[in-house]
Amino acid sequence: MYTYNDFDENFVRERVAQFRAQVERRLDRSLTEDEFKPLRLMNGLYLQLHAYMLRVAVPYGTLSSKQMRQLAYLAERWDKGYGHFTTRQNIQYNWPKLKDVPDMLDALADVGMHAIQTSGNTIRNVTADHFAGAAADEIEDPRPVAELLRQWSTDHPEFQFLPRKFKIAVTGSPTDRAVTKAHDIGLRMVRNDAGEPGFEVIVGGGLGRTPMIGKVIRAFLPKADLLPYCEAIVSVYNLLGRRDNKYKARIKITVAENGLEKIQNLVETRFEELKREFNGFDQELLFSIEAQFQPPVFRDAPTAAFEAYRAANPAFRSWSDTNLSDHRAEGYAIVSVSIKKHGATPGDATADQMRVLADLAERYGHDELRISHEQNVILPHVHKSDLPAIYEGLREAELATANIGLVSDIIACPGMDYCALATARSIPIAQEIAERFDELKLEHEIGELKIKISGCINACGHHHVGHIGILGLDRAGVENYQITLGGDGTETATVGERAGPGFAADQIVPAIERLIAAYLDIRNDSDETFLQTYRRVGLAPFKAALYPEKEAQNAA
Amino acid sequence: MSRPFTPKVLTANDLIEGDAVWLTADETWSRDMADAELLEDEAVAQERLIFSLTQSDVVVGAYLVDAEASPAGPVPVHFRETFRTRGPSNYAHGKQVGA
Ligand code: HEM
Ligand code: SF4
Repeated sequence: MYTYNDFDENFVRERVAQFRAQVERRLDRSLTEDEFKPLRLMNGLYLQLHAYMLRVAVPYGTLSSKQMRQLAYLAERWDKGYGHFTTRQNIQYNWPKLKDVPDMLDALADVGMHAIQTSGNTIRNVTADHFAGAAADEIEDPRPVAELLRQWSTDHPEFQFLPRKFKIAVTGSPTDRAVTKAHDIGLRMVRNDAGEPGFEVIVGGGLGRTPMIGKVIRAFLPKADLLPYCEAIVSVYNLLGRRDNKYKARIKITVAENGLEKIQNLVETRFEELKREFNGFDQELLFSIEAQFQPPVFRDAPTAAFEAYRAANPAFRSWSDTNLSDHRAEGYAIVSVSIKKHGATPGDATADQMRVLADLAERYGHDELRISHEQNVILPHVHKSDLPAIYEGLREAELATANIGLVSDIIACPGMDYCALATARSIPIAQEIAERFDELKLEHEIGELKIKISGCINACGHHHVGHIGILGLDRAGVENYQITLGGDGTETATVGERAGPGFAADQIVPAIERLIAAYLDIRNDSDETFLQTYRRVGLAPFKAALYPEKEAQNAA
Repeated sequence: MSRPFTPKVLTANDLIEGDAVWLTADETWSRDMADAELLEDEAVAQERLIFSLTQSDVVVGAYLVDAEASPAGPVPVHFRETFRTRGPSNYAHGKQVGA
């Protein structure tokens, strides 16, 4: 794992000291809110409906157990005993007091963490495949590259005032678990004809009010050219991106308005210039970072204990069927810990749960944890013989829900329970859907299904790329929920189609139930997922299920 | 044509705690919306908004928002404002438990 060098450490400490002084000046009235607001946002401090909110970056989603314990400590000492893991691999604290925030930032710096560039028109926390370094289908661990990007983008003087926020995601596998096509820059590792690893570079993806799937700007970029190429993209955007209208300021609009070809030409020209300037120091840096991401020493041990426990314990069997993924090392598995217990708030973990996760990672998981964009926690390297012990540890902490990838594994943004921009709540809808399908005992029968909920058009809950997306709106002073269908956030990314008029809060769960009943009815067999069925039959039969009255009228 | 004026309260977030507060008739900020001054005259409402500009050392982000009279004092019209008087719906946190 990457550990801060002296430069990183000094930089972060200095930023905390600066912010401490800024908070003091705000509290003694020498700074006005207009002066202070940009400063607090630079340090990840927002103001929400009921309190401040501190957003802490978890770079490329990777945490050590020591860091996870410190997150628990922050939750307990300065918040209400829990934290919220988000789709951007951040953790948000919903209740900090302004005067405490500098202490929180110091406590984070103690474990090499910070909240820098988690807000503002800068390059944000670089996200990565949460299975990085572990996935069986991976070409290379993408995190050294993500760390390189982080170092390059942090405090980059040219890129502190971009036209708008800028998000980069990286995956080291052809299978895209990092939603790279919905980012300003998406990097997907592929091999060229000679078998060398490099990146497919995707540009101009994004969600929000104008959702767009990113376009391939370079089909194969040698790994060594990554930094100058990304710098070329960002610098072309910095000059060309619109600053007159914040709704047209993201690079997706720059690409759409100028055309991919023009952007491509500008980027390639700039890249040629920059490439000469880079003269190898970035590669030396990358090598030194790579040395810190060496895979753990995997052990060669029998897995019979795992098989025996599976045979004896149906609950464990069910959990291991849904919550494990293939690891690249023999005898190992990747464990996805569901932070989506039925009826609980998606992505919220208590301080106690964080400590249990840290302990399990330390004891059985090579001291590593990941935060996934689906708001779950991953133990990336677990030997199968340790799975029974892990399962029992998780179960005691109410963390053993067997629902990864199923109906109740819902992404939900904070919505109007916390967020000042929200037009409706999202959390209670997620809670109700999860509880309803748990009650019906149908979710394993339904199989893979991704429901994603946002509380306004900003789409922080990724609803556009949910197989079923739910968008909360305010219709004449009442919460109303619009459904989109057929969205997909993987390498076959698609923006979902709007199904029709929205539903009142008490009608949305029955509507989802009708949709899923229709799917069970029309799928070819239990191997055909909701998304596959949707792709085969289209919107019509689902629309009929959603709006039966309309259907009856048409038939009459 | 501008819309007819509807009664309002002046609300903001507390600078240190960050929670919702409302302006009372004696120009203090209360954590209980029922204490708020119901502004039924547009000119007075504008005056209060201008007053809030001098309050940057106490509150953040003041704005006028629709409210209605009730026997207990002003109450919200919009659900967003109702949530601000209570707190989140997923936990018993915030004003609904007096914290
Ligand atoms: C105080 C709370 C938040 C605020 C003020 C906020 C603000 C915004 C805004 C304004 C956008 C639209 C950007 C655009 O279209 O240009 C956006 C997009 C997004 N946010 Fe948030 N957000 C908040 C919380 C969250 C949370 C909790 C998550 C993760 C669960 C998140 C993840 C995202 C994602 C994934 C997008 C869409 C991707 C894109 O940028 O196109 N945000 N957010
Ligand atoms: S989607 Fe809207 S409601 Fe949800 S967190 Fe983002 S800005 Fe807030």
